[in-house]
Amino acid sequence: MSRAPRSRGANGWLLSAPALILLLIAANGPLLIIAVYSFLEPGDYSGVRWIFSGDAWFRILFHRDIFDGTVSLADANLSIFWRSIKLSLITTLITFAFGLPTAWFIATRPAKQRAIWLFLITIPFWTNLLIRTFAIMEVIRNQGLLNTALMNMGLITEPIQILYTDTAVLIGMTYVYLPLMVLPLFAAIDRFDFRLIEAGYDLYGSRLKVLRSVILPIIKPGIIAGCILVFTPSLGAYVTPRVLGGGKNMMIGNFIELQFGQGQNWPLGAALSLILLLSVLVALTIYAAVSRREKPS
Amino acid sequence: MKRRVFDVTSLPGFTTTAILTFVLLYAPILTLVFYSFNGSNSVNMWGGFSLKWYKIAWENEAVQSAAVRSFVIAAWASAISTVVATMAALGTTRRGQFKGQSFIYIMINQPLMVPEIVTAVSLLIFFASIKIATGYSGLAYLILAHAAFCVPFAYLPIRARLEGMDLAMETAAADLYATPWQTFRFITFPLLLPGIIAGAMLAFVISLDDVIITEFVKSAGQDTLPTYMLGQLRRALTPEVNAISTALLAVTIVMLTAFFIITRKRD
Amino acid sequence: MKTLLLAGTALIAATVAHAEGQLNLYNWGNYTSPEMIEAFTAETGITVTITDYDSNSTALAKVEAGGSGFDLVVPSANYVPIFVEKGLLQELDHSRLANIGNIAPQWVNVDWDQGRAYTIPWQWGTTGVAVNTSVYSGDVNTSDIFLRPPAELVGKVNVVPEMNDVIALTIFNVGGEACTEDLTVLREVRDLLMAAKESWISMDYGTTDKLSSNDLVATVNWNGSTMRARINNPDVVYGYPAEGYPLWMDSVGLLADAQNVDEAYLFLDFIMQPENAAMISNFARYANGIAGSEAFMDEVMQTAPEIVIPEEFAAAGHFLPTCPQSATDLYTAIWTELVK
Repeated sequence: MSRAPRSRGANGWLLSAPALILLLIAANGPLLIIAVYSFLEPGDYSGVRWIFSGDAWFRILFHRDIFDGTVSLADANLSIFWRSIKLSLITTLITFAFGLPTAWFIATRPAKQRAIWLFLITIPFWTNLLIRTFAIMEVIRNQGLLNTALMNMGLITEPIQILYTDTAVLIGMTYVYLPLMVLPLFAAIDRFDFRLIEAGYDLYGSRLKVLRSVILPIIKPGIIAGCILVFTPSLGAYVTPRVLGGGKNMMIGNFIELQFGQGQNWPLGAALSLILLLSVLVALTIYAAVSRREKPS
Repeated sequence: MKRRVFDVTSLPGFTTTAILTFVLLYAPILTLVFYSFNGSNSVNMWGGFSLKWYKIAWENEAVQSAAVRSFVIAAWASAISTVVATMAALGTTRRGQFKGQSFIYIMINQPLMVPEIVTAVSLLIFFASIKIATGYSGLAYLILAHAAFCVPFAYLPIRARLEGMDLAMETAAADLYATPWQTFRFITFPLLLPGIIAGAMLAFVISLDDVIITEFVKSAGQDTLPTYMLGQLRRALTPEVNAISTALLAVTIVMLTAFFIITRKRD
Repeated sequence: MKTLLLAGTALIAATVAHAEGQLNLYNWGNYTSPEMIEAFTAETGITVTITDYDSNSTALAKVEAGGSGFDLVVPSANYVPIFVEKGLLQELDHSRLANIGNIAPQWVNVDWDQGRAYTIPWQWGTTGVAVNTSVYSGDVNTSDIFLRPPAELVGKVNVVPEMNDVIALTIFNVGGEACTEDLTVLREVRDLLMAAKESWISMDYGTTDKLSSNDLVATVNWNGSTMRARINNPDVVYGYPAEGYPLWMDSVGLLADAQNVDEAYLFLDFIMQPENAAMISNFARYANGIAGSEAFMDEVMQTAPEIVIPEEFAAAGHFLPTCPQSATDLYTAIWTELVK
């Protein structure tokens, strides 16, 4: 009989306490301010007036024309939400598609080599976000690496306008968040017992089947970690869509920042953030449920 | 063990994709490094080879202090968040369900959910009132803020690693009358170490990278490298940014090399 | 690792502890001449720390929240009354500013700061359009460049996301007046902007560099930024919209809760010396408000078309006043609709 730790609940809480306290002070707690703010009236240029108002929430879905007062569905808002979700999902998928082979590749190198590969993947990782975004900009802009190469090869005569489009934002986010997918995957694969593959091989015969039925289920925690680490920052991304989207292709993060800047509507910004938070909570709950179900006993 | 090297580990297309990924990851960075030696004043028009931007950045006091500050904050934040996250991971993994566990999980990962701009503004308001009340406006606010949002980044790899670990060894140790602390110190911790290191590295990078929260929380003269560069972006971009980036990259590579040598010893 | 941390913290502590002769300037990014700062430190021994911001609203939010530790801030003209009304700036004691008489006469009694009670001029300029003549060789002196772009420029125009400048340009374009609350005019403004947006490629800053490298061929831009672009790329030309264009000025104000007041006064006095004002101008390529500084400015500044407004366009320039709250609310509503 294995010895289960006594009062695991209490121990669990005790061990988690420092983390919880830190986060309460510098992350979760201040969020309450945001929740409160979403129900207030905007101040003149910044801040709020302590008067209750549901206007911010109204504005999320509905748009009142400034001049004739007609109320309609806020198309612009919805397209921003949709763009954010769409781009984040695609980013997660692409980073996974590239990240899994990469993590697998690193984890299956002979021990001596592995360190070098890990080293190589962490360098772009350590390069500052702003720098990486600029670096991508330098590649995809009209006179950048990509266009110049294509023109030199004679494939195109005029530069393709990639910068300032949704595609640019997508490329940027994939580039920036890829290492975030690789590292948790690597951590999981590194712990993977490769003898299971041999067994699976004997069972299934095809590599793809082994991949699907043996490998993926076992490294699922790593996959989930990687997906969370990519999807959630993508959804709330600010710098990358700002720089590569040229200010026209807004994502939720930019839209929120707008409210604290030129939009001058802090309550709306607060409300939008809560919406964002809710969406991610939903995603996380689904993930949690899925991972709990699949947990190896 | 012999079969492992070839047959079992090469999945279709994986190696090609992996290599391609590495190439694609490095091309933009190398372009950036290349242009840091640009003789002209523009970021993307080549004007001959020159080291002048390095000289300019080096003598730039603002850059110097921003750089030091960035690293100090990141070091503190990474240390604090990794310790705290390891404890939390141990407390919430492999224990089966206990009451409120998912609540803890959500609380810990909350910084991942909330966009930085929101955390940034809420922290601005919160810390500002404290600053006025106590008159202290040092680095502690930034370190605290960074440590907080680094926690989930440290937590997830550690947790992933823990979940993949076999309880058998620890149970065996317990059966052999090892105290929980001994079990942790001699069995769990060494096995967990790669996960902890991955977590600490993630935390360090995330802290170093941070733009928005730092931008809003910082007080006078507390620029970090990213906020400095953000300022440059807004008005005029010169290869000084490329030079700073390349220099930072060089420092990073040196640090990483040292780090990897140390880590490999433990294996 | 531990030693590293200790060393680093000691370093930071040392930097912070260096309290004697400190000054914290909160300014737009890349807007302060390093040369001028060096000269100031050499003369007074005061170390200046510059913190950047990218918009008036960011600066306002930060300063209003309090406890930021800044001593000086550089808002644009239309934001100065806001800062003053909120009690964020302290009145300047002119007896402590020996050079106060150096301010050029036309910049002393400005609408938004009569008699310079709160601020000292930093730089001023105009907002117009910048066009790469190799792509479009027609008339550039019109705001139609971005509002009704000619065929060659459709899909290639950038508009800097500065609400006040862009709204003002558009109001002038449809024949309205600054701070107008005329709903018919504003409706036209809104519709015009929304339609024009289809032809824009982006709404972003960083225009100097992009114009220099042909990443942008047309944009709403400030004169100094265009001048810097033209120096790199001779095809770039600055256009003064004949329909009307805004004049702006950024000025330095002393924050009400400033910690280093003495040092601040030394700084304010310093920048009112013509040679030093010239240094500021030479760096960012904008004119300043100090009399006699022309003598110390670079040759090119004396004659550059971006600095010296051509006769025929002088009358079309309007200094943007601080509009009443009702007007600003309307503009903000239009703007937020536009930028979404």
